[in-house]
Amino acid sequence: MELALRIALTHLLARKRQTLVSLSGIVLGTAFFLAVSSLMRGSEIDFIHRLIDNSPNITISDEYRGASLQPAEMRWPGGAVHVRGIKPETEVRGIRGYQQKLQFIESLGGLRVAPVLTGSVVLTFAGRIEGVTLTGIIPSTMHDVSTIDEKMVAGSLDALAANPNGIVVGQGLIDKFKLAMGRNLTVATPDGQVRAMKIVGIFRTGIAAYDETQTYALLKRVQTLLDRPNRVNRFVIKLDDPYRARDVATLIERRIGYKSVSWIEASEDIMSLLLVRNIIMYSVVTAILVVAAFGIYNTISTIVMEKTRDIAILKSMGFHTRDIRNIFVSEGVIVGACGSLGGILLGLGLMSVLDQVTIRPPGISGEAVHLPLYRGISQFAIAFSFAMVSAVAAAFLPARKGGRVHPVAILRGAA
Amino acid sequence: MTAVVVAEHLRRTLPGTVPVTLVDDVSLEVDRGEFVAIMGPSGSGKSSLLYLLGLLDVPTSGRVWLEGEDTSGYDEDRLADVRLGRLGFVFQFHFLLAEFSALDNVLLPMTRLGRLEPDAARRRAQGLLDSLGLAEHARKRPDQMSGGQRQRVAIARALANDPLVILADEPSGNLDTHSAATVRGILRELATREGKTVIAVTHDPSFASAADRRIGLVDGKLDPTWTPPTLALRPPAAAP
Repeated sequence: MELALRIALTHLLARKRQTLVSLSGIVLGTAFFLAVSSLMRGSEIDFIHRLIDNSPNITISDEYRGASLQPAEMRWPGGAVHVRGIKPETEVRGIRGYQQKLQFIESLGGLRVAPVLTGSVVLTFAGRIEGVTLTGIIPSTMHDVSTIDEKMVAGSLDALAANPNGIVVGQGLIDKFKLAMGRNLTVATPDGQVRAMKIVGIFRTGIAAYDETQTYALLKRVQTLLDRPNRVNRFVIKLDDPYRARDVATLIERRIGYKSVSWIEASEDIMSLLLVRNIIMYSVVTAILVVAAFGIYNTISTIVMEKTRDIAILKSMGFHTRDIRNIFVSEGVIVGACGSLGGILLGLGLMSVLDQVTIRPPGISGEAVHLPLYRGISQFAIAFSFAMVSAVAAAFLPARKGGRVHPVAILRGAA
Repeated sequence: MTAVVVAEHLRRTLPGTVPVTLVDDVSLEVDRGEFVAIMGPSGSGKSSLLYLLGLLDVPTSGRVWLEGEDTSGYDEDRLADVRLGRLGFVFQFHFLLAEFSALDNVLLPMTRLGRLEPDAARRRAQGLLDSLGLAEHARKRPDQMSGGQRQRVAIARALANDPLVILADEPSGNLDTHSAATVRGILRELATREGKTVIAVTHDPSFASAADRRIGLVDGKLDPTWTPPTLALRPPAAAP
């Protein structure tokens, strides 16, 4: 094997230019693969982070996926009767006995949970009317499950605790109503309660729909406003490991019965979009490497053709077909290994160039954004193995041909 | 049994719409330390016979015995192993690996066989080159040497694994008279002094004259009556 490697090396060094061309094919292929995949993976991770951060990992609402089995269905199984969405008429809507359920969820560990009560209200200010969603929160628990805190441009959620009549609204609503901190709004509930509330905080998430229609107030206040004392209709959960969301959601739903939706379930369409994006990226990059592999194939084919006499003499000397094949496969391995190592270095270089790039997204914030780059060991491993596999595969075909050279045919021709 | 190479009714036919018979029912025995020259006109099948005797080619029928060992039925790898350890080839063209020095070329078969430690192999290769008068050329690459020197390197390479039989195909065909004489002398010495069996294909009568025995081959058949045609020299031009 050592001998094969030596002969392979001399072959490659003897035709430096062609070797360099096929080497640079692999180098460029690997480098682009790394740069593109780190950008794609980076943006994917960035995207998922935003997805995870901006929405709860798990939302438990006061709904059931399926109604419990009803007597009518037990009496006539498979009959024409189908019961859906059972709710006792008189009961106040919301999660029943939420304190106990909260305790259970907290006992699972590895998560933070906040109980909230959301409802629709109408805001009135200076003759303008707007229907919004009012969310009753406990500020101290909300910090743990939402990034809304970081999005505050004025005031804070904690101000709600100090002022039970306070309300936190989005920048969009402020712009629409020409409001400002400290102004009073009139909040009207569907069943006719009206209360004046004071703006104690303003947030801006950058999502227009959210900034215009979401408002926050103290849980107790919202409970009385909506006439649902001691009720919540949603648990918002943040996990230490967001990727456990599906399992934890299933576990909770099985135990407490209420519908628990993980972020993975809620954004299935986006996840499949990301998958499609990955498939596109990998096929484009594979195409680059396939083209590079043709370069290697070409080089080694030429060497095999040029070296038929050498092959003939080596075989007459007693080299096996396998030994000859090993020589040319080694050439592929050498080009592949050097090429992918060079490609990894160039790829790292490209990444550091991409790191310098900042983008100013059009919009009010004007905040410079860096390209999200992911430098995972798996990317390097995939790039390396892709390059190696294509190089060796490209070398194998001419190597097999070289191995099959019959010495007598060559000797006869040469004599 | 002193016969090292025994050929038994060797026949080699190239398949095709019109099959061509290269070697036709050849039987012969070559003893240890014997120097045999195979002679014949061009296209008589001399080289084909040599390839069969050297186990490079497989006969269509008949068999080749090497040291009393029947080699028929050996597969390609086994034949290669026999060639590696017991046979040495010298061709009309030196067929040295262009990128390797003379020493490295001689080392190739030894490294492949792996019988000697690298250091010992190196010493042996140098010794072989020394004995062929190439001591100071060991580091040179083939393109830095003359035709005669290259052919001597090729002989050293054929001797690398201390073979039993040296098979030479027109070893002096490409050389000037002086170099041809040197190569002839070396092969003669190898047979006489070291007891190597030498089988050489040649059409050079002066080369064949060094051999112990000359075998004539015409149209693939042994022809004991065949003698090389003496070149008709042009009569000297009459003095003006």
